[in-house]
Amino acid sequence: MSVTVYVPCDTTALAMGADAVADTTRQAANQRGVELNLVRNGSRGLFWLEPLVEVATPNGRLAYGPVKAADVDSLIDAGLFEGKTDHPLALGPTDDIPYLKNQQRLTFSRIGVTDPLSIDDYRAHRGFAGLEKALNLDGQAIVDAVKASGLRGRGGAAFPTGIKWQTVHDEPAGQKYIVCNADEGDSGTFADRLVMECDPYLLIEGMTLAGLAVGADQGYVYLRSEYPVAHRIFSEALARAYDAGYLGRDIRGSGRHFDLEVRLGAGAYICGEETSLLDSLEGKRGMVRAKPPLPAIKGLFGKPTVVNNVLSLAAVPFILDQGAQAYADYGMGKSRGTLPLQLAGNVKRGGLVELAFGITLRELMEDFGGGTLTGRPLKAVQVGGPLGAYLPQSQWDTPIDYEAFAAFGGVVGHGGVVMFDDTVDMGEQARFAMEFCSVESCGKCTPCRIGAVRGVEVIDRLRAGENVETNRELLADLCDTMVDGSLCAMGGMTPFPVQSVMKHFPDELTHRPT
Amino acid sequence: MSQAAVQAAQDWTLEQIQQEIDAHRHRPGAMLPILHAIQDRFGYVPEAAVPLIAESMRQTRAEVHGIISFYHHFRTRPTGSHVVHVCRAEACQAVGARQLEAHIKERLGIDFHQTSADNEITLEPVYCLGNCACGPSVRVDDDVHGRVDADTFDRLVEQLTTTAVEVK
Ligand SMILES: Cc1cc2nc3c(=O)[nH]c(=O)nc-3n(C[C@H](O)[C@H](O)[C@H](O)COP(=O)(O)O)c2cc1C
Ligand code: SF4
Ligand code: FES
Repeated sequence: MSVTVYVPCDTTALAMGADAVADTTRQAANQRGVELNLVRNGSRGLFWLEPLVEVATPNGRLAYGPVKAADVDSLIDAGLFEGKTDHPLALGPTDDIPYLKNQQRLTFSRIGVTDPLSIDDYRAHRGFAGLEKALNLDGQAIVDAVKASGLRGRGGAAFPTGIKWQTVHDEPAGQKYIVCNADEGDSGTFADRLVMECDPYLLIEGMTLAGLAVGADQGYVYLRSEYPVAHRIFSEALARAYDAGYLGRDIRGSGRHFDLEVRLGAGAYICGEETSLLDSLEGKRGMVRAKPPLPAIKGLFGKPTVVNNVLSLAAVPFILDQGAQAYADYGMGKSRGTLPLQLAGNVKRGGLVELAFGITLRELMEDFGGGTLTGRPLKAVQVGGPLGAYLPQSQWDTPIDYEAFAAFGGVVGHGGVVMFDDTVDMGEQARFAMEFCSVESCGKCTPCRIGAVRGVEVIDRLRAGENVETNRELLADLCDTMVDGSLCAMGGMTPFPVQSVMKHFPDELTHRPT
Repeated sequence: MSQAAVQAAQDWTLEQIQQEIDAHRHRPGAMLPILHAIQDRFGYVPEAAVPLIAESMRQTRAEVHGIISFYHHFRTRPTGSHVVHVCRAEACQAVGARQLEAHIKERLGIDFHQTSADNEITLEPVYCLGNCACGPSVRVDDDVHGRVDADTFDRLVEQLTTTAVEVK
């Protein structure tokens, strides 16, 4: 009799030692004459438990974690292979872990469950079901389904995906492109990475659906070079999808055609901005383009182009398979469906939390996150990446919803939630926002290129206690100038974290005794 | 020219660089794939590649320089045996990345974009590795490490330098 054991293979599991756990488990099984079927599954996204080892039993999968290589022998002695659960690392049935059980996983329904590269696994869990349906639909019907789902772009700007697709669909037939924005530059985000590493066929299916919807036969995934594991796994999935007839000419005998290629970025945050990304894909410096023309009308190589975030595209297979209404049934107000939130930074239980819009930040950080890693009081949280405001306690009861956040100047962005305990120096954080902008600005406009450098200098002077009143005014003016005078959100939003510190943590921008 | 640079200068030939260019030049938007291919093979984009790329892609040398210098990933000088990227972004800051960065610079005796005196390690900053729930994060060549503190970093460096010696 053979035993099936799962050891995840995503970046974080690997970073926490999953390869060593897998090797040790293999050796131990060998020594003990146990016939082992070791599956390198994706991660469940419960990162504080990684490496999260699972064993298959007649009653479902049981979880153990976080497992170090040095724990493997004692786990096996305590009956890991027999599904015994008296070891201190035993967590019981995986599906019953509250963090997982209390989620609403639509996009992430398969992650951690399957072997990311197995097409059979993918199909066994409703994979390609949306595509099979869509192959019999015309483009407009697919666009209509996406519109009816209420899906809005998950990359940051929250623009309705169906309307973007309609624009590209309505352009005259000819060369059109689907571009997937997998630049995921925001600190505190890893959901795009998880899709590409743990469920790569989902993105392939979503992009193919986009191609069928708008009449595009070529897609590009623009992936950041900081993600070597995602690059390896996704490239392998692409090759296998071609072999199995899910990509290329005549997809599954339908007569439809879609080609897909992955391209690596080169370490520039601004290349996550869609027009800069297109310039980069064309082989240029990633300079931001003025809009209009919209990429939907004149995009890659001047052709009509859909640019969507990984998560937007990855939401579409569910919508086609289960129906637009099934997706729209989740959410609140104009934020429909689910949002993959990412808990990061100083958090006890960090990971991926997919939920319908509407949960409050406090519930997320306390009920799911379990508070800070250090156990100290939580002081501030940055939502929406490096351009997002730092939110003080008074704002933690806001429900996570695009409009509710916009109402107080916050951004949901890509759903990254970065927690800080009370040892954080908010003045440093404000300074870093400006420093980051000065490193990553594309350089096209003065308020951003020069303003960010000046911003660092002014904050340094403030913190040195020089001319506090004058410098405070100067900083406020500088922020206004950047907000008003920048071409894109890099310069236009960098002031948000700075202004939030000025407003909510003013004492930390003055001279502090050391 | 330092000993290391002389050594590195022998790591490529113009023909080899041209091979990489020719393997990709016909793709749409070939510039980044070409630069990646050259850097993947030789560890950096040698100065001598610029005129070849410019010629093949029908661009000026200034344009090619402009592209290489725009992207943090591309480098024009050889690295040490290993490249260490330290995450400087917010989620890692929240769990001690600033202190770790200071320790690393002191331990290696170098600043960012520099290579240690024994030519083992080149140090680079990075803004997020997607391991933000288990920071501080450090990437050594293509492997990401989580929850890195001063001790684990020192052990990592020891492992790197001892294996390098064994190989030689
Ligand atoms: C400075 C900057 C960085 C951005 N980075 C990303 C990114 O890493 N990933 C992403 O999907 N969108 C990013 N965006 C948003 C994109 O410009 C664009 O709105 C998005 O790709 C559209 O896809 P969606 O409608 O599916 O969200 C960024 C925008 C700005 C201004
Ligand atoms: S705001 Fe900054 S990043 Fe955006 S276009 Fe202007 S200079 Fe470039
Ligand atoms: S912020 Fe360091 S890995 Fe994301």
